[in-house]
Amino acid sequence: MLKYALIPLLPFAGFLIAGLFGKYLKERAAYAAVAGVAGSFILSVSAFIDVLGGTIIDENLYSWFAIGNLTVNVGFQIDQLTAVMLLVVTTLSTLIHIYSVGYMHGDKGYARFFAYLELFTFFMLVLVMANNFVLMFVGWEGVGLCSYLLIGFWYEKKSASDAGIKAFVVNRVGDFGFLLGMFLIFLTFGTLDFTDVFAALSGPAAAQSYMLLGAEIGVMTLISLLLFVGAMGKSAQLPLYVWLPDAMEGPTPVSALIHAATMVTAGVFMVARCAPIFSLSPTAMTTVAIVGGLTAVFAATIGLVQNDIKRVIAYSTISQLGYMFLGLGVGAFAAGIFHLTTHAFFKGLLFLASGSVIHALSGEQDMQKMGGLKRKIKVTHGVFLVGSLALAGIFPFAGFFSKDEILWSAHNAGEVGRVLWMLGVFGAFLTAFYSFRLIYLTFYGKSRIDHEVEHHVHESPKVMTIPLVILAFFAITIGWIGMPGAIIPHANLFGDFLAPVFPVLEHGVANHGLERWLMVFSVMVALAGIRLAYSLYVKNTSMPDRLARSFKGTYNLLLNKYKVDEVYNFIFVDGLVHRLARFLYNITDVKIIDGAVNGIAGMIRRTSEGSRKVQTGFVQEYAFVMGLGLVVLMGLYYVLK
Amino acid sequence: MLELIPYTEQIDYPLLTLLIAVPVLGAAILLFIRNAALARTVALAFSLVELALCAPLLMHFNPSIPHMQFGESYEWIKAWNIHYKLGVDGISVLFVALSALLTTISIMVSWKAITDRVREFMIALLFLEAGMIGVFMALDMFLFYIFWEAMLIPMYLLIGVWGGPNRLYAAVKFFLYTLVGSVLMLIGILAVYFYAGGTFDVLTLMNFKYSYTFQLWVFASFFLAFAVKVPMFPFHTWLPDAHVEAPTAGSIILAGILLKMGAYGFLRFSLPFFPDASIAWTPAIMILSVIAIIYGAYMAFAQTDFKKLIAYSSVSHMGFVTLGIFALNSQGVAGGLIQMINHGVSTGALFLLVGVIYERTHTRMIADYGGIAAKVPVYATILMIITLSSIGLPGTNGFVGEFAILLGAFKFQKVYAVIAALGVILGAGYMLWLYQRVAFGKITNPHNEALKDMNYREIAAVLPLVALVFYIGLYPNPTFTIMNASVENLIAHVHAKAQVVPAVAQAISTAVGN
Repeated sequence: MLKYALIPLLPFAGFLIAGLFGKYLKERAAYAAVAGVAGSFILSVSAFIDVLGGTIIDENLYSWFAIGNLTVNVGFQIDQLTAVMLLVVTTLSTLIHIYSVGYMHGDKGYARFFAYLELFTFFMLVLVMANNFVLMFVGWEGVGLCSYLLIGFWYEKKSASDAGIKAFVVNRVGDFGFLLGMFLIFLTFGTLDFTDVFAALSGPAAAQSYMLLGAEIGVMTLISLLLFVGAMGKSAQLPLYVWLPDAMEGPTPVSALIHAATMVTAGVFMVARCAPIFSLSPTAMTTVAIVGGLTAVFAATIGLVQNDIKRVIAYSTISQLGYMFLGLGVGAFAAGIFHLTTHAFFKGLLFLASGSVIHALSGEQDMQKMGGLKRKIKVTHGVFLVGSLALAGIFPFAGFFSKDEILWSAHNAGEVGRVLWMLGVFGAFLTAFYSFRLIYLTFYGKSRIDHEVEHHVHESPKVMTIPLVILAFFAITIGWIGMPGAIIPHANLFGDFLAPVFPVLEHGVANHGLERWLMVFSVMVALAGIRLAYSLYVKNTSMPDRLARSFKGTYNLLLNKYKVDEVYNFIFVDGLVHRLARFLYNITDVKIIDGAVNGIAGMIRRTSEGSRKVQTGFVQEYAFVMGLGLVVLMGLYYVLK
Repeated sequence: MLELIPYTEQIDYPLLTLLIAVPVLGAAILLFIRNAALARTVALAFSLVELALCAPLLMHFNPSIPHMQFGESYEWIKAWNIHYKLGVDGISVLFVALSALLTTISIMVSWKAITDRVREFMIALLFLEAGMIGVFMALDMFLFYIFWEAMLIPMYLLIGVWGGPNRLYAAVKFFLYTLVGSVLMLIGILAVYFYAGGTFDVLTLMNFKYSYTFQLWVFASFFLAFAVKVPMFPFHTWLPDAHVEAPTAGSIILAGILLKMGAYGFLRFSLPFFPDASIAWTPAIMILSVIAIIYGAYMAFAQTDFKKLIAYSSVSHMGFVTLGIFALNSQGVAGGLIQMINHGVSTGALFLLVGVIYERTHTRMIADYGGIAAKVPVYATILMIITLSSIGLPGTNGFVGEFAILLGAFKFQKVYAVIAALGVILGAGYMLWLYQRVAFGKITNPHNEALKDMNYREIAAVLPLVALVFYIGLYPNPTFTIMNASVENLIAHVHAKAQVVPAVAQAISTAVGN
């Protein structure tokens, strides 16, 4: 057990060292941090091997709190799903820690940065290892805290600390659902341990239903939907996605680790962990699939026109998370987790590579001020290309396998599934287009770089490029572990490994012929997207401007992200919070309640001018009178008795 | 049926009397000390002795029984059947310790802040401590009332003499508000006394059966006294003024202990004495609690004054406490109790931190800060930890309390928990926004350029509270264990004694379920 407990505790130790002694260690704090995650990585590999060998761990460390019939333990569970997540989290975390050693070099908050990053890794590991809902929630909110701290890492920038608060509060909206979902689970099953809850699902408790606004809703649907609200917040789905693009205010390694590879996938993980619950509610499953499908396309459309290199990738992340939910929602839980895994590698790669671009350009993030970088930063260009091909879903890069498995499952999931499949394919077209728009704007064509910046363009140091190359290797190969039967029969290692964790939902039988055709079709669609990007941004570079002018309305709507932020700001931040708060304060508290209090006091004062002498204002005398009154009352009683 | 276990069965000396006597003795000795520096030292020494006495209190406390422990009972005024009767159970014992801790901390933070009439200040603080501790230990209504009123006067003086510019308005407002409540409570006490045939004995009164109508009326009179103290909406407007004007020590004690008296009153008297009335009143109290949670949070958003913001956040947090208590199930009541401790720890620490920065800048306006994280990293870190505790981040004490309360409320009646949980979102909003305006950004106020970080005395003062944030957050079981037996007994007692409105009681015990 100690070995497994050390998986999260090593990064925590790194956090303590970097956090408490960072002032003295300076940049040496990074050693402690890297050692912490690297150790955790090694132990995770070992845990993975244990699980492969058939050992499933589910043990309580200590009782966290027990009140009445509520018992919450600090305990860990390492099954196939957790084992996969452990590898994803610790691999990415280790590589990104190493990359950060170079990227953050010279920052005055260097040690603080590593401390936060370690704390994040700790909470993320707690999240994936928890054996009950409450402990998972600890990790859940903990990673949210670290996200907040790291988004606002450069706290002197107002936009950064604003973005941090936005992330935390929007996530709290999701957590509201998570909390209520937990309460309902406890009320229904009397426990919050995964194993016990899942075991009770076949019992009568799961068949209850509630009347809600005149409709009868099954308790499993209600629980699933409430939990999914939590997932929507953490994994940035419609309508709670708004915090993620702003989160790009944080340093780029943070975007890679937290806002692409790990934390934002926590919602996907949570739904997958609760697959036994969700799969009991077709309504909830369909909701998950639809929200995912819509988010996938919605975010991709915004990504089409953004000019900030990191924002494009951020919208792409929201979109890809949508694909994952689409997969979960149609019952392809393993496919959703598979996409989570491949995405972690290629999206982590894309963010780190964009960090390398930004590093090369002394902080420039506007793609309109890039171009022609291909020859100047060759390694970065190479890995970026690999990442984009993986993202676009081109065979045989990683994204191809996972995205296709999701699309194939959607295609098999009835009529709704067919519509979602179409959405997904359309999204794939958009994805290919914006990824290569990014590639062409950044690395090809003529340089639009500012002259002063141009002189300093340089490839990043080895400590940054080596993690990039490793990630690029995975972005090519990691998909092969989930080889679809339509290509090589019985070689889906990933799916087979996870099979024991997930319920099997029947969706037609394998039809390898059709599946192959659909694969070819979706690759063709992606290639068409790339081709379109090529003609617009390499061949005919004046075209985008003309298009933007001819379709001004649409273009501006996309550029302004559908104005969702403005609407939210107007309704929630300005209206429902600040204006209402000031109104309530000035009216209810000051005028009505205090007005009444002061009014009564004033009235008494006016009507008692005559008896003023009694009101001397000395508390001692009041107290004396009080005591006297008491004595008189007592005396009265004594006499009357 | 609760019993009084004589102290002789647990310890060699009358510990509870000692706990009252030590601060009084300290105050008496201070009368003869003219030197301010010496006065500080003597006061600190006595508060430390008091704190040390809490060690045997907690160590010899038997958490497995719900009874009143370390009991002492002497006849005092025979004619009126008044006793000097003390005892602590799982509901009160932690507050005795918290009072001792916060008093010590208050003396430490007043070291440099109070330069005028130091001796008198320290006397007031020690008297206050004796009064507070007495309130939590008294098992005779008359004795309780004396402590309750005795506590009021030093607090009034702390605000009125050592407070800010508008201190008289605030002090009088505080005094009148609580006095109105006290007088109503006195009437209630006398009513109970006569009704029960002339006894002030709390344990006897707990088991006495009162008619339903009587319960409704007397519950109301107690309720007002306690609701003002909590403070519940709409009796809360004295609190922001009192906090703003009070010196740091006054705010710490006020938020940390005095606000707990109301909720303690509910637990010690209202619920066990008048179970039927409590249940009948429950919907109203739940609604007021939910309003307090949301409304207090909203008020916090509208504030420009650091202390006022925290004062309103207290209204919101105490709303959680009353919500939990009146859910009347294990999680609700235990959650409410631990949240009372948590609020004392976190809000006490917040007021302490405001005091630390106020001493340097002499402004409480949030707009006068901004960007200080770069200048005072230790301060900024501790403020962040306490902020997180206040917004109930898991791993800190705040989470355990809020989680238990919301779960309890959810079991009782889902809609209250749903609305109250919205307060969790708002709480994150106003606290993080406060933190941003204070610590983040660039320094805009040139006075803050030369800001000095916390010194060792200040760190030492706040450190126990930071430790408690994590101790209760990570390992709350020992704390829950202390209160458990008494909480379960209280709930069982209320449900067993409630008869007059069986339908409601039935509904509740169904809601409580297992």
